[in-house]
Amino acid sequence: MRLTKLLGDFDLAEELVQDAIVTALEHWPRDGIPDAPGAWLLTVARRKGIDRLRREARYQRKLALLEEAPPAVTTYTDERLDLIFTCCHPALGRDAQVALTLRSVVGLTTAEIARAFLVPEPTLAQRIVRAKRKIVEANISLRRPDVSELPERLGQVLAVLYLVFNEGYLSSGPERATRRDLAEEAGWLTSLIARAVPDEPEVLGLLALMRLHIARSDVRFDDRGRMVLLKDQDRSRWDRGRIADAIRLIERAGAMRRPGPYQLQAAIAALHAEAPSWSATDWPQILRLYDELLAMTSSPVVALNRAIALREVAGPEAALREVERLADDLDRYHLFHATRAELLRDLGRGEEARAADRRALELTENPAERALLAERIATAST
Amino acid sequence: MKYMLMFVSDEALDRQARPEEIQKGYEAIGKWWGEHAAAGRILDGQELKSTKTATTIRKNDGKVTVTDGPFIESKEALGGFAIIDVPDLDAAIELAKGWPVLQTIEIRPLVESRDDSNTPKDTR
Repeated sequence: MRLTKLLGDFDLAEELVQDAIVTALEHWPRDGIPDAPGAWLLTVARRKGIDRLRREARYQRKLALLEEAPPAVTTYTDERLDLIFTCCHPALGRDAQVALTLRSVVGLTTAEIARAFLVPEPTLAQRIVRAKRKIVEANISLRRPDVSELPERLGQVLAVLYLVFNEGYLSSGPERATRRDLAEEAGWLTSLIARAVPDEPEVLGLLALMRLHIARSDVRFDDRGRMVLLKDQDRSRWDRGRIADAIRLIERAGAMRRPGPYQLQAAIAALHAEAPSWSATDWPQILRLYDELLAMTSSPVVALNRAIALREVAGPEAALREVERLADDLDRYHLFHATRAELLRDLGRGEEARAADRRALELTENPAERALLAERIATAST
Repeated sequence: MKYMLMFVSDEALDRQARPEEIQKGYEAIGKWWGEHAAAGRILDGQELKSTKTATTIRKNDGKVTVTDGPFIESKEALGGFAIIDVPDLDAAIELAKGWPVLQTIEIRPLVESRDDSNTPKDTR
């Protein structure tokens, strides 16, 4: 098809044709099939292509502009924000929200998104087509929510962005340990939202949390690509500028006096970032923040992280008791077994620790985590 | 854009409600309905009698069977509906959120015949 030549990008051309077909499915039953359906499709696809290229050019320019960072609210930023809210509309499923945001707001191809989330490309393409059809057929308008709806709708957007960030920060796939491009896109979109709705503390909390993670990302893997745990990281190589920046964000959010899960997680990450070493960390304060977070979310993963702080405050036995209580909820979660293994090792129960590490190894495909676990199992057996 | 709001509830639970609660519920619904109907947002609607009164007709391979009961056996059943006309799904959600009694509400857009105000737009 000539469209590929015009755009010089097969994936893009293919997607535009898919879009054009969806448009056709909407128009033709109503308006009748045009005399030259092929030409009609090509015209629509080409028009969409031109829109898309224009938008991407603007996106790149905008990106460059934002790096310079004079906060300018332009209509363009507004459009992108409306698009984010529409992609993350609660009437769409979470999977569809994520796919649509990456496709329409970030501009990744379906092939790239499918690879990032380990989904066959046709499945992912189908997911996007269905979501777009729902937007059209149920008439979800392209606009941001009213003030009364903002907290709930913002919650959806932040959940999607954090999911994308985490996929980038620590990939669940077997190919690469991290995808910083995804993490950076998520961070950028979050900063965009923070500019547009500056008085929502949870947005600042999430932004701070992302910056704190990124500030430590350079030392999270050794030269051979193995994961280095927080305890063993070279803290002198953390990005102090980013950490200071994140702490300012947390303070700004805190002054609004509306705490929330992202602010609490950021505060915990900040205490780690400010500590000179693992042992000199303010564990009692971290434990208090986890208590607060647990009361707010009642998530078993939060309870697992709290147990690690508890070990530093009250010892491995108390921590293990807490961890064992999570077995039903977290049996499929590799970090549950890895944490349990560490605590068992603390208590001199090496055989059980090794079994738990093996279970963790079965449950993760991330290469850096696998390397670390394999090494632990090998060391413990000698 | 026209949507149907389908009010779904657990009939067994509904039967347990006290008469004064039911009375209060109907009053609240009457007020809600009156406001939206007067503003032209509710076009039509009705409460349905219980699924005990339902009859289901099935046509398969030219064969027609008539059976007692709703088309699907479930704890939750359709108890009523409203046809509304609002600008978009967000407006429909907003309207449904205001429904004054505890019920599940499904929102479905109606298939409309050709209508120029409803041409698909670029939603990317």
